[in-house]
Amino acid sequence: MSDIKKFMFVNRKAPYGTIYALESLEVVLITAAFDQDVSLVFIDDGVYQLKKGQQTKGIETKNFSPTYRALDGYDVEKLYVEKESLEARGLSEEDLLVDVTVLGSKEMGELMDQQDVVLSF
Amino acid sequence: MLHIINKSPLTNGSLDCCLRVAESGAILLIEDAVYGATKGSAIEGKIRDAMGQFKIHVLLPDLEARGLADRIIEGVTTVDYGGFVELVAGNKNCQSWL
Repeated sequence: MSDIKKFMFVNRKAPYGTIYALESLEVVLITAAFDQDVSLVFIDDGVYQLKKGQQTKGIETKNFSPTYRALDGYDVEKLYVEKESLEARGLSEEDLLVDVTVLGSKEMGELMDQQDVVLSF
Repeated sequence: MLHIINKSPLTNGSLDCCLRVAESGAILLIEDAVYGATKGSAIEGKIRDAMGQFKIHVLLPDLEARGLADRIIEGVTTVDYGGFVELVAGNKNCQSWL
């Protein structure tokens, strides 16, 4: 189909402190329902959204991190994490709760250039 | 004096400003600022340096929510909500670095 567009969601905020991470996830699921080509990118504090072991009982907030694992059920399978952001936070791929592709800043920029629509959260 | 920080020190200047301006006392890291209390991040050294001047506390429920309660920098004290109240009540004044 020629009307499929490449959508990229750029996530740069930590979860819970602000509503951005959760709102992004909502829009991603909506976009996926329209059979678009969806990529999720996690840069800066956005990489914290994918940290394993989140337990939100103490802050009485919904733990939405399991939703990232359900994304492939919606055919959202392109998850990219910036290497530099992980390293600055002392995190590695093993700390993340889903399989991702780790890209350097330059490769991330190239991927961004290829998109039709880029949405930033 | 108690200084309360609630923004991630990796993407926001609140902690830096606090460390530059504040004299002494206690710092409490809450909400997204709890990332500052974790080992291996680019600002770990900054936190370790600040320990000579400030007593550093972190709100445990916020760390648990973010999946990082198992990698707190040695010397940073965890508090619960009761401990948060005690810190506020036990200090002469407090500043929230929003």
